[in-house]
Amino acid sequence: MAERTIGWGPRSENRLIGSEVQRIDGVGKASGAAKYTADINTPGTLYAKLLTATIAAGKVTRLNVAPAEEMEGVHAVHVLNGEGAEIRYEGTLLAAVAAERPEIAEDAVRAIEVSYEPSEFFVDDDNLEAAEAAGRTKPQGENTQGDVEAALSAAKVVHKGYYGINTITHMCLEPHGSHCEFTGDEDLTVHLSTQNVSGTGGQFAGPLGIDESSVSIICNYIGGGFGSKFQAGEWGLACAQLAKKAGRPVRLMLDRSTELKIAGNRPSGFAEVTIAGDADGNITAWDSHHWGTSGINGSVVRLSLIPYVFEIENRNRKATGIVCNRGPNQAWRAPNHPQLSALTATAMDDLADKLGMDSYDLFKKNLDKTERPDVYAAEMEVGAKIIDWKAKWHPHGKGESRGGVKSGVGMALHTWGGRAHAAICQLKVHSDGTVESYGGSQDLGTGTKTIIAMTIAETFGIPMSKVKVHVGSNAYPKSGPSGGSTTVGGVSGPNRRASQEALWKIMDLVAAKYGVDADSVEAKDGYFRSGGKTICSWTQACRLIGPMPLEVQGTGPKDDGLTDQGVGGVQMADVSVDTETGIIRVNKFVCVQDCGLIIDLLTAKSQVLGGMIMGIAYALSEEQVMDNNTGRFINADLENYKLPRIGDVGELVAEMYQPDSEYDRGVIGLGEPPVISSGGALSNAVANAIGVRVPVLPMTPQRVLEALKGGQA
Amino acid sequence: MRDRKDQNESGSGFSRRDFLKGSSAAAAATAMATSATESPAQQSQSQGNVASAEARDVTLSINGQQHTLSLEPRVTLLDALRNDLNLTGAKDVCDTTTCGACTVLIDGKATYACARFAVECEGAEIQTVESLRNGSEVDEVIEGFVEHDAMQCGFCTPGFVMATRAFLNENPNASLEDIQKGLGGNICRCGTYHGITQCALQIAQKGGACSWLNERLVGDLVAKTA
Repeated sequence: MAERTIGWGPRSENRLIGSEVQRIDGVGKASGAAKYTADINTPGTLYAKLLTATIAAGKVTRLNVAPAEEMEGVHAVHVLNGEGAEIRYEGTLLAAVAAERPEIAEDAVRAIEVSYEPSEFFVDDDNLEAAEAAGRTKPQGENTQGDVEAALSAAKVVHKGYYGINTITHMCLEPHGSHCEFTGDEDLTVHLSTQNVSGTGGQFAGPLGIDESSVSIICNYIGGGFGSKFQAGEWGLACAQLAKKAGRPVRLMLDRSTELKIAGNRPSGFAEVTIAGDADGNITAWDSHHWGTSGINGSVVRLSLIPYVFEIENRNRKATGIVCNRGPNQAWRAPNHPQLSALTATAMDDLADKLGMDSYDLFKKNLDKTERPDVYAAEMEVGAKIIDWKAKWHPHGKGESRGGVKSGVGMALHTWGGRAHAAICQLKVHSDGTVESYGGSQDLGTGTKTIIAMTIAETFGIPMSKVKVHVGSNAYPKSGPSGGSTTVGGVSGPNRRASQEALWKIMDLVAAKYGVDADSVEAKDGYFRSGGKTICSWTQACRLIGPMPLEVQGTGPKDDGLTDQGVGGVQMADVSVDTETGIIRVNKFVCVQDCGLIIDLLTAKSQVLGGMIMGIAYALSEEQVMDNNTGRFINADLENYKLPRIGDVGELVAEMYQPDSEYDRGVIGLGEPPVISSGGALSNAVANAIGVRVPVLPMTPQRVLEALKGGQA
Repeated sequence: MRDRKDQNESGSGFSRRDFLKGSSAAAAATAMATSATESPAQQSQSQGNVASAEARDVTLSINGQQHTLSLEPRVTLLDALRNDLNLTGAKDVCDTTTCGACTVLIDGKATYACARFAVECEGAEIQTVESLRNGSEVDEVIEGFVEHDAMQCGFCTPGFVMATRAFLNENPNASLEDIQKGLGGNICRCGTYHGITQCALQIAQKGGACSWLNERLVGDLVAKTA
């Protein structure tokens, strides 16, 4: 090693980075030893249950918690929304009870007397006309570029279509919740199921009237977040209040139904689209109006991202939000993108059909209107080979029917940023050669701890078993929240910087001790070498550190080439549709994904496969179903809110696009991209199979049959 | 009020074994079907034998150890495991006997722990995910889950591990199709089905080999039922 500059090493010299490395907490998770927030049972822990509103809109006219307070075994009752409180969506928290046992808390909740004065509500988010009539619409912007009218009249083909994608929830398997415990009156320890370990302490401190310095946030494991777990939440504060009142630790996890109703959802999107192209398949005009709901605040998926990925010269776009009495939305993996990808890619596919083109050719033809034509073109080629596009594509609906089962292929593209978030890590190298890294980050299951350990072990040339990774506490140096695919860059950058700096310090010690030139010293495979000769082992070198550990702080992000942002990606689906039952089977589903430098190929592929399965879920089965008559979320449970099971996902291929040019970019986040274009790809495959568009996702059997009958889905 | 043990011994009332029989055809991991077939049986057969709502001593045999707890009859096996015994590998996810995150083995059979009252499980051998690990030694299914990265957040994972263990015990040479059907009683949200399938398939191709831990437990069960 000569120059001391921060950077990743040559790709060919990596021992760990870029290979498939098992996650370091895998055995702990699989064997049940890993303790999640929902598993915290410190001595004396009380169990909390919630009373929630059963109306979509109105007022609480009476809330009498005395019968609950008087029950034996009940230690505290906390009112969140009492008499006079306004209810704007079903599931609003009214009161929380903490008791010796969960069943006693349930009895106590049932004993609370509550009455309401219901008022008018509106939940019908795809019905723009009804929303306008009810005064529930909110303009969310419109803009124009070029000359759409002229482009439309000059176009070879103009296609008009209606498309939609329904609201879904996060369905974190570990519900939102916390375990709160006071030590004395002031010091609060919160085990919180959170994506935001470093940033939630203040959310507890303020409302409880205690110092932020008195709040410890701990999250060693989190059972799913997907963008919905950045806040302490009113349930988190209620838990802390109960713990304070009871003088005992309290655990409050949302029940499944409440979790679905109030803990976050992904806004719906519906659109009228006009798209036009010339004879070669160049898209020449786009005109869209999309609407939908994010719940009570009435916003809608972002105007500036439609048409998605493709920048069309002549373009009108408009968005309208609908104020619905539904629980509030939260960021859902790749906010805005999956909806806008579905609305765009389906319209493009229908335009190709009208032009008599293979939709692959139309997507390819228009790549010059994207930010990364070369990457998309390469990825499309790889994907087409894997899915055997040329053999499988046929004009929409013109494929063979085997006993009423028809097959087809479809594709869509996506994009995401994935820039590293701000973070600090504290690295300690001990004199026995063991290393620790501390950071207030969190491992959502993406493999954060594993990639930190890999980064450090790679830098020092030591086995991962020598590295201990500490995340999940706000006592550690701050780290950004894990959202928007920012974590892998966020933590790998600072840890690489700190490790390189620490290594250089150790090299200086080695050089001084053994009388060699520091710049000539290299660290590899547990040994230090100079001029081709082994000088000492890693352990021997670390003894030179002395009794106090060598500590180095790493920060980020920095413009030193360790991290970057901006990726593409393509998905291609091969499906079969039973035209008698409306059931769609995924035969094969491929994602070709670029993401810069890959640290752990195994967990990277897992991210992609996971995104694809979540994509299959929202494309085929899952949706929030609201009852227009009662304003209630009628499938707010895991039985009727349909997620795919293990036999429902078909053959999945996660192909990482990783030429050297990607490695050279540095680390880019990967969580969001592979979940984005699934809706469009699967919808297009279904259209290719059956020859008609199932306009609204999820493509349930009912919607497929309605589309086949020519009705509105 | 006679307790349930008396009822079983005197031959009146319902017996747990009776409704196990009714569902023995169901594959191990289709515990959803199991719970659906058992609940009505329990209701019809227990009419006129309403148990006291008072807490009583319940002795459970879990991972080979006896535990006596004071529990109301309405306490589920899942809550007893998690809240009273701090065996938190089985997770509480769906509240509706749907997702399999709380899968345990009862007399070797994969069962949703949330679908059973603790008092029903007296006399049965209950095996939780914690039994598949002894220090650094782990069951082959756990090893396989790690090798194939069959987990992300990990919240559904212990339940899936138990469902897989039970399924492979009963179907040691399972095909891909068998696995896709047989593990259909569990739900993952992060999307780890690919890794789970690969793990189960790899073990099945080796004949569903049992680790030492599992051999011991299966051996005990065979001895018990013989």
